[in-house]
Amino acid sequence: MKVLVFTESDEGKIKKSSLEAVSYAAEIAQRTVAMVFGVLESSELNKIGAAGAKKVLHITDSDFEPSNIMAVSTAIAQVFEAEDIELMVMAKSSLADSVSARVSIKMDASLVSNVTELPDMANGFTVNRSIYTGKAFAKTKLTSDKKILTIRKNTVPIGENGSDPETVVFQPNSMGSDAAVKVLSQEKTSGDILLPEADIVVSGGRGLKGPENWGMIEDLAAVLSAATGCSKPVSDMDWRPHHEHVGQTGIKVSPSLYIAVGISGAIQHLAGVNSSKFIVVINKDPEAPFFKAADYGIVGDAFEVLPQLTKAIQAAKE
Amino acid sequence: MKILVCITHVPDTTSKISFVDQDTVFDKTGVQFIIGPYDDYALARAVELKEQLGGSITALNVGLAETEPTIRKALAIGADEAIRINAEPKDAFFVAHQISQVVKGGDYNLILMGRESIDFNGGQVHGMVGELLGIPSVSPVMYLDIAGNVAKLSREIEGGKELLEVALPIVAGCQEPIAEWKIPNMRGIMSARSKPLKVLDPFEDEHKTVVENFLMPAAKSGIKMIDADNLGELVDLLKNEAKVF
Repeated sequence: MKVLVFTESDEGKIKKSSLEAVSYAAEIAQRTVAMVFGVLESSELNKIGAAGAKKVLHITDSDFEPSNIMAVSTAIAQVFEAEDIELMVMAKSSLADSVSARVSIKMDASLVSNVTELPDMANGFTVNRSIYTGKAFAKTKLTSDKKILTIRKNTVPIGENGSDPETVVFQPNSMGSDAAVKVLSQEKTSGDILLPEADIVVSGGRGLKGPENWGMIEDLAAVLSAATGCSKPVSDMDWRPHHEHVGQTGIKVSPSLYIAVGISGAIQHLAGVNSSKFIVVINKDPEAPFFKAADYGIVGDAFEVLPQLTKAIQAAKE
Repeated sequence: MKILVCITHVPDTTSKISFVDQDTVFDKTGVQFIIGPYDDYALARAVELKEQLGGSITALNVGLAETEPTIRKALAIGADEAIRINAEPKDAFFVAHQISQVVKGGDYNLILMGRESIDFNGGQVHGMVGELLGIPSVSPVMYLDIAGNVAKLSREIEGGKELLEVALPIVAGCQEPIAEWKIPNMRGIMSARSKPLKVLDPFEDEHKTVVENFLMPAAKSGIKMIDADNLGELVDLLKNEAKVF
């Protein structure tokens, strides 16, 4: 089986979730081809090789700007044909949702999102996917000849032992309609660890009393190399931007560690974090429902616990 | 402006999820069904746009007769008419195909829906509908305005957002804060009873995935409570049990 991996990058670095997708593909097939977009150093392309891809198709034409859903979908469909691809794997992301859907129609492919395990290929092609916002799984069979999977973070470890890939510049033919959506401007924080990419997330809720107290969350996040998140009320009150809102109607995360500070644990918030491997809850209310979903709990005042915890972790890491 | 709002009929976010018949069927016993929360944002924005620009709103659902109370709620919130495709929604492709057929017969300028359903969380239908119709699709949309034949919208990207402009028609997958959810008032509820709800047979029965069975996640092994004066114990667990550093 020939497998294609669509990769995304951020600030010149291939996303960790995309490297995971490459390693997922390499577990299934001998021959894995990865697609990358935009300006990237060869050391980044070699990371894709290390993760398991044999060949990298590099799309450098600026008409194929990586956030252009239509253009990226056009390019992928052309690679499907050129490389005779049977399966495409990509990391779940807001871009991947749209792109995978459009490509599935172009290629008449079966598409399954939020895949959490390697496929079972003993009798057809079946995967496990997360549904009901992490509250259940569905074993789902893909019945078309061509197949597309978007995988959830922390599904497989990222490989590091592959060799440098064969790298080829790929020039897709653009379609007139690809330029229909014009990007007027982009606002993006730089230098921060992206929330959906983070292996550790530190989130704050109303218990922090105001945006001026977020320094404590940021300090703890910094010693853990974690991303910062927040609950819905916090983003509704504009203490923090919406792209940090974790929960049912915000970002769903599946990190190795989720630390919730001053968040009571409404069911809508839990829906966004219940796929985390370990959950720490710090709350001064011992009755906070979040404790029922946690692995480790501390009943205490965030204003006292957080600075001490930050210091203790820093000391342990030294 | 002719707006089509596609709504899902999904279990309330607080519902207990369980399955019957050897884990092949979702257990609806005692479950309260609602308009998908993301679809509810799309509908609320459609109502605001109609107030501003005039036109009409059609609510569309792919589902069996059991979804009609949910569709009536959409009519009470402000849709003018509704269409129900009388079929079990088998997968995202099946639903997208039904929606695209309705759009082809209806000359809609704007097709709105949630960024994803909260039952299967696929996030696929808006992109599929766009591709089936050969028109742009944008998701997740946090802001949407219409000026003449052009939509101005912002899409959430990881770590921020981008401002976009695109000529209609388009498909948009919506999320907060595009609009505030609207609660139907008494007048809306009364008028919803007499608004037209058309039931159509499904167009074709094509789907590309099959759910074999459902599974529940492994239960958490129970919480370890740590004294706030003994944070060293937590650091130790994070290091040696969770192995995060």
